[in-house]
Amino acid sequence: MIETTGLRKSYQSRKGRQATTVDAVAGLDLSVAAGEIYGFLGPNGAGKTTTLRMLATLIRPDGGEATVAGADLRQDPAGVRRRIGYVAQGGGTTDTVSGREELVHQARLHGIGKAEAGQRAERAITAFELGEFADRPCQTYSGGQRRRVDIALGVIHSPGVLFLDEPTVGLDPASRAQVWQEIRRLRGEGMTVFVTTHYLDEADALCDRIGIIDHGGIVAEGTPEELKQEISGDVLLVGLTDGDSVEKAAGALRGEPALHRLETPEDGGLRLYVRDGASAIPQLLRTLDGAGVAPATIQLQRPSLDDVFLARTGRSLA
Amino acid sequence: MKLARDTWLVFQRQVLLMVRTPVWLVVGVVQPLFYLLLFAPLLKQVLGAGSYEEAYRIYVPGLLAVLVIFGGLFTGFSLLGELRAGIIERSRVTPVSRLALLLGRALREVLALMVQAVIITLLALPFGLSVAPLDLLLAYLLMALLALMTSAISYGIALLVRSDAALAPVVNTVAQPIALLSGVLLPLALAPQWLRSIAEWNPFYWAVEGMRALFAGQVGDSSVWQSLLIVSVLTVVAVWWSARLFAERVR
Repeated sequence: MIETTGLRKSYQSRKGRQATTVDAVAGLDLSVAAGEIYGFLGPNGAGKTTTLRMLATLIRPDGGEATVAGADLRQDPAGVRRRIGYVAQGGGTTDTVSGREELVHQARLHGIGKAEAGQRAERAITAFELGEFADRPCQTYSGGQRRRVDIALGVIHSPGVLFLDEPTVGLDPASRAQVWQEIRRLRGEGMTVFVTTHYLDEADALCDRIGIIDHGGIVAEGTPEELKQEISGDVLLVGLTDGDSVEKAAGALRGEPALHRLETPEDGGLRLYVRDGASAIPQLLRTLDGAGVAPATIQLQRPSLDDVFLARTGRSLA
Repeated sequence: MKLARDTWLVFQRQVLLMVRTPVWLVVGVVQPLFYLLLFAPLLKQVLGAGSYEEAYRIYVPGLLAVLVIFGGLFTGFSLLGELRAGIIERSRVTPVSRLALLLGRALREVLALMVQAVIITLLALPFGLSVAPLDLLLAYLLMALLALMTSAISYGIALLVRSDAALAPVVNTVAQPIALLSGVLLPLALAPQWLRSIAEWNPFYWAVEGMRALFAGQVGDSSVWQSLLIVSVLTVVAVWWSARLFAERVR
């Protein structure tokens, strides 16, 4: 449903007299299949929103090709607009009108006739359970209510692809769960959903497939399970006592056959990637002991998406 | 066809929003009313007008012109507000005509200003203003075009400066010489020759002249067709300019 090759966008940023070019998105290759929830995961400023806005025809790419819902992004942006729904991070409802009025108006902007627009609004109010507040002005809505109206507005014309920019930012856990449920329901109806997020748990729990983006490019792609399996085995978190230096411990452990990879996170300690955590612990302890390092704590963890991000970029997302 | 439908759709929505918050009407009418009550009597003396009727006939067209010129020029603020709220962005990811998004909004402003203009005309009647209905309709047409033009200019400026803080001083700086050089407060017939020569380059001067001729019942005066022609052409140019900026700059 979404295919991009080498999609690019750069901005001119000015500092005094000097203009520098910042590559917000640098040659992005993406492939999103029909009927999946594709999560675009990355830290703030990684290029998520820029990519989303390009795919939604709001900004023109500097280079590269893209097809969205069967329409060419550069040749036929109007065709793309007919086939997609887009929900911005901040939403975009008008305070003084009701949710129902917004829904009808949005349908009409898509070229739908008056009677049909009214019916669609009614169906959306039922499907998204907005009945309780749909006829009150939008300014009276809670954050969660507003978000559900935003999403209902994005799909009022039954698009094939829905773009959501950070749909659960600022929501309480209950509203968040409800938004996830709505997104899953839409996928159940055959819609392809492209969602940006910087929440690891959201990407893990909600998305069928994930693209991890950093510095304007994809650094890893796959299902959450595939990505985590890539970090084969377990993660051991070793906490050190104050006296022992991270360098000394790391130096002693390098060359250990059980050890795949060793990271030294900024918050101290060691992060060890091993095939089988339970059986590796005794050997690693002996090695540390031989070097005169006595760990304060050892924790065994299954790898998370953050470990994937850390392994690919050397930084933590959380 | 699509443009007309889309423009109508955007216009309807904008009018609905306007009706929901009717403060603008009070503010828009009260200020001209003060001029009518507190400034016009002064004019009778200055102009050496024989009667209040004569003074109002000269003054009211100028007042109405100020209303639409300034009212239109300040409408850019509402566009900036809607851009910030993401309302325009949401419309842009639909197949709706881009020009309609702008035109529907500008026409709302025209409607608002014309409602104010009608109220002010009615309020001026008891003071002795008299004008033939057909002449008045023609004057309203001229004013509607002026309002559309200044609204489009204001949208263009708003899209260029992109900030509330910058828009106000820029608009004021543009509006002030335009108003002074159009003879809206006092007819430029009172002005020295050099000032009149400069004013002749100001399209709003011609518009005000045309309005005065219509209120004076001189529909055949050359200033009437000249003003309609000048204002029509400039309105088309202003709408084209702001529509192009809108397509280019709204990100």
